Amino acid sequence: MNLVSKNLNTLEGWGIDANPENDPTYPMRDRDNNVTGTRPTQQIARVEVLQSIERPHYTAVFGETIPPSGLSGQLRRYAFQHSESRYRHWLPLLLADRIQEYEEIINDVKKGKIPNFYAETGGKAMWRYDKPALIKKVACVAIGAFIISCAFKRLLK
Amino acid sequence: MKAMNYRGPFRIRIDEKPMPEILHPRDAIVQVTRACICGSDLHLYHGMVPDTRIGSTFGHEFIGIVRELGSEVTNLKVGDKVLVPFNIACGQCVFCLQGLYANCHEANTMATAGGGIFGYSHLAGGYDGGQAEYIRVPYADVGPTVIPEDMDEEDALLLTDVLPTGYQAAEMGGIQKGDTVVVFGAGPVGIMAARCAWLFGAERVIVIDHLEYRLDFVKNYANCEVYNFKSLEDPVLFIKHITNWLGADVCIDAVGSDACGNAMQTITGKKLLLQAGAATALHWAINSVKKGGIVSIVGVYGPTDNLVPIGNVLNKGITIRANQTSVKRLLPKLMKHVQDGILSPKDIITHRFALEDLPDAYRIFSSKLDECIKPVIVL
Repeated sequence: MNLVSKNLNTLEGWGIDANPENDPTYPMRDRDNNVTGTRPTQQIARVEVLQSIERPHYTAVFGETIPPSGLSGQLRRYAFQHSESRYRHWLPLLLADRIQEYEEIINDVKKGKIPNFYAETGGKAMWRYDKPALIKKVACVAIGAFIISCAFKRLLK
Repeated sequence: MKAMNYRGPFRIRIDEKPMPEILHPRDAIVQVTRACICGSDLHLYHGMVPDTRIGSTFGHEFIGIVRELGSEVTNLKVGDKVLVPFNIACGQCVFCLQGLYANCHEANTMATAGGGIFGYSHLAGGYDGGQAEYIRVPYADVGPTVIPEDMDEEDALLLTDVLPTGYQAAEMGGIQKGDTVVVFGAGPVGIMAARCAWLFGAERVIVIDHLEYRLDFVKNYANCEVYNFKSLEDPVLFIKHITNWLGADVCIDAVGSDACGNAMQTITGKKLLLQAGAATALHWAINSVKKGGIVSIVGVYGPTDNLVPIGNVLNKGITIRANQTSVKRLLPKLMKHVQDGILSPKDIITHRFALEDLPDAYRIFSSKLDECIKPVIVL
């Protein structure tokens, strides 16, 4: 299956970037530059932007997309009270991501936009290229929904 | 404008979003003409990256046409066709001045470990990405590079991330003439790393993956040895066996947190999220490299912890080198390699989609359907 030996000189470009100095830390950091750096002009925030507490101030530019809101936003604000080396920073963020998923489904419904889970999850592609996996997935969802509805019915009785 | 809209793990759709605005005098607005889905976008798509907010637009590999410029951008003009490196870099902080553009300290308010990246969650600055009709490009006087007229635009597209990342993986390996290099992962970056390893003088390049179609592709594209780890009882033992029982000089992790091949890593890293993804490839790389060898990491992991045999790093005297790719530093050299015909990155593109078909494109790429290697969005 594999080539056991080959004439390396016939491989286009073989060895053209060989660099004996690159062993192992050159050239990722140019220590010749005795640099201190300067700050670019500061972008002005128009929305709430959460800032790492490992920074003294906002970076000169930042994204303004999706400011924190709702319960997930509260969790994100809590997370950003802790440094990036602590689980109490990352775990609330992961939890906030999952909560926001449901918040946004509710928001979609409020706006009259029912999420099309089949299209959003690439159902068309799965139907075309991997029908067994799609059928298995749909069956699992149907069985899960059936079990949950039965459990609710029993609870209501 | 139309843009990709993340709705939760494995769910995306195309929605109308407001047009981006100039928010800083060094911003530009770029009309996207081509964008890729990157393997690392799948970590977001799978819900593995903390602070990936619902409503985000992904996409850090894109090219386009400059439509609007901030008052301080003087090196570009409206109408220029540009390729945009995935790093957002100011060019004047202490790290940028050392060539560490991926580690710019003035582009990510939300975190300090990582720099700013287009469309890569709030962990990377909260910027919208290029899987949209238009995008705001901060520090447009630093990153965006005018595409030469004689360069194919899909080659230019792959110069925004995939090719430089594969190249830097090989570069960080400190490959010397005669070295044996093992690349874990035959995705787009692994393919490029294998191809670029020869440029540094490797004598033997081996690629390990579990997808036969990708192994067949990289075998032909990068002229390397390939092995399917599903057919190997123990990939580490196998590599020792084929390297005179010493191990490889250089091992490259081109997989990252979505790795397969180890049940414990998969369950704790991908199913339960108890670690920052499955570190199977890194585990194998550390254990497969020769004593005193180098492990180069370009596979992306989350910000929390991973289970790796750090004791073996110590006992074997391994050097680990890792970084996000400083695309701007590598662009002059790699553009020349492409123009000289030494590298042809566009050859790895297997699928082209319209923006409206993005949910299916993600599914095809994520589930490795239809022998997909590199999907491109054509706008």
